[in-house]
Amino acid sequence: MGERELMKGNEAMAEAAIRAGCRYFFGYPITPQSELLEYMARHLAGRGGVFLQAESEVSAINMVYGAAGAGARVMTATSSPGFSLMQEGLSYMAGAELPAVVVNVVRGGPGLGGLQPAQSDYFQATKGGGHGDYRLIVLAPSSPQEAADLVYEAFDVADRYRNVVLILADSILAQAMEPVELPPARDPASLPAKPWATVGRGERAEPNLVNSLYLAAEDLWALNQRLQAKYRRIEAEETRWAEEWTEEADWLVVAYGSMARIALAAIRQLRREEGLRVGLFRPISLWPFPSRALARRAAGTRGVLTMEMSTGQMVEDVRLAVEGAVPVRFFGKTGGVVPEVEEAVEAIRRMVAETEPRHAHPVR
Amino acid sequence: MSVTLRPVFEPTRGLRSDRVTHYCPGCTHGVAHRLVAEVLEELGVLERTVGVASVGCSVLAYNYFLVDMQEAAHGRAPAVATGIKRVLPDRVVFAYQGDGDLAAIGMAEIVHAAARGENITVIFINNANYGMTSGQMAPTTLVGQRTTTTPLGRDPAQAGYPIRVAELLDTLDGPAYIARGSLHDTAHVLQAKRYIRKAFQAQLEGRGFSLVELLSSCPTNWGLEPVEALDFIRERLVPHYPLGELRKPEGVR
Repeated sequence: MGERELMKGNEAMAEAAIRAGCRYFFGYPITPQSELLEYMARHLAGRGGVFLQAESEVSAINMVYGAAGAGARVMTATSSPGFSLMQEGLSYMAGAELPAVVVNVVRGGPGLGGLQPAQSDYFQATKGGGHGDYRLIVLAPSSPQEAADLVYEAFDVADRYRNVVLILADSILAQAMEPVELPPARDPASLPAKPWATVGRGERAEPNLVNSLYLAAEDLWALNQRLQAKYRRIEAEETRWAEEWTEEADWLVVAYGSMARIALAAIRQLRREEGLRVGLFRPISLWPFPSRALARRAAGTRGVLTMEMSTGQMVEDVRLAVEGAVPVRFFGKTGGVVPEVEEAVEAIRRMVAETEPRHAHPVR
Repeated sequence: MSVTLRPVFEPTRGLRSDRVTHYCPGCTHGVAHRLVAEVLEELGVLERTVGVASVGCSVLAYNYFLVDMQEAAHGRAPAVATGIKRVLPDRVVFAYQGDGDLAAIGMAEIVHAAARGENITVIFINNANYGMTSGQMAPTTLVGQRTTTTPLGRDPAQAGYPIRVAELLDTLDGPAYIARGSLHDTAHVLQAKRYIRKAFQAQLEGRGFSLVELLSSCPTNWGLEPVEALDFIRERLVPHYPLGELRKPEGVR
């Protein structure tokens, strides 16, 4: 067993990254991710790494581009407004197929927004965000422990597919302190080689090139076909979710991240006090979205309620997955307003009432 | 009687000799490429060099240099080069940027790379306009100079004044070496090569940030014959952008 420590989610993610063999961090201060940046500033140099505070998020992501292209395990972290500034770099990294891990501790928007937790960057995270046809692998933890585990694994996933992995967190789990069991430390020297990296030509006759420019249309089409084939492979191999009480559930709640914990508390109360058979379906990979698993689970139920700290973003993927087989309802609040358990209970009750058999179309 | 013929010209091993560049006739980008490649070859570092191409006319530089390369987003080459150098401090890392890339959209990246004393070398091509997008005003466009976005000539009341990048960066403590050369005649080409050599030497000695600004011709977009374009550099650009070494490490002559 590893050691257990009381840690903030931000610190747990930083330490897990270092233990995964990440020795390079480029970032810019922004609330509520600054503890992650500060942890890296305190710890990386002493462990043979480099921490560098960039002049902007634009610069930070391009330093990540350079370091990733040079073959290193590298990370940056930011929050929503900063994540918007990184979209250009992320698009270039998708085109050049560079692996890295990026953390977005989401806060309320749009614009400068606020500092409180939100899930309103779901579209930006899962549908591209920058220009071009590309995907980030998006993982959404719902506790400091899961955040540490996902960050740790994210570096392997990023390297396996030469793709950016985005950890979509929020300030509840980034700031909350919980016991975390940390994964074992890996020696960066023991990691698989990256023969494609630009490290100096050495004995190679042909130089290596990290690039996303394809001036001939047929070449760019070929790149896009290759990327799409990779994305299909990722969908087949990296789709993740968790379920609670979904066996023989009459109703399903779909929620991710911190919202899933609130949903779970509400479901527990309703099962205990009112005997309602409600289950929780929690997507962990937001892209690839666990559409097939959700469709299978939803099929036997009377209705699905999606809960988000947004005005309704993931619910679109839920509807696409369920394809009208059962009613899909939405409950959400955003702007930094975190729904109370009691509000979640009410929302579930409402869905239950609206989807009870007596509300179904009368038999003619 | 046998005669030994000695070669009077050889291609540099730093450039692909089998490729014709896309640069316009009379453009001095090719000269700048060759100087950088010759210096890297002479310093014996071609095998451990990583270059960064930028967005602009030199975007395809990676097709010509025989070194590992990364292509950066517009203006971001110094940040990309920083990422590479921090991971590979024993490699030679250079960025090759134009004036739109470096002095407009990428001003934050170049200033901060210089201020950090980042141990990289930047080759900065100043041709007083945006060449790739067919001749719009650049931060370096002279007052009165006609471009497609200053059709009546750059009017400072409306479009401000040109930026002297070498002088601007020379206000910082970070840089180790800053020089401005020109490519308008043979003597200046040879001088430019000496500057480029000293810049890479500064990097090899770990002295920190180095930049060589090169006044370069753009006959196509200036609407001039190649030879007239070289005259334009001498008569118009050099008086506004004085040549020489602005910053040298201690002990370097």
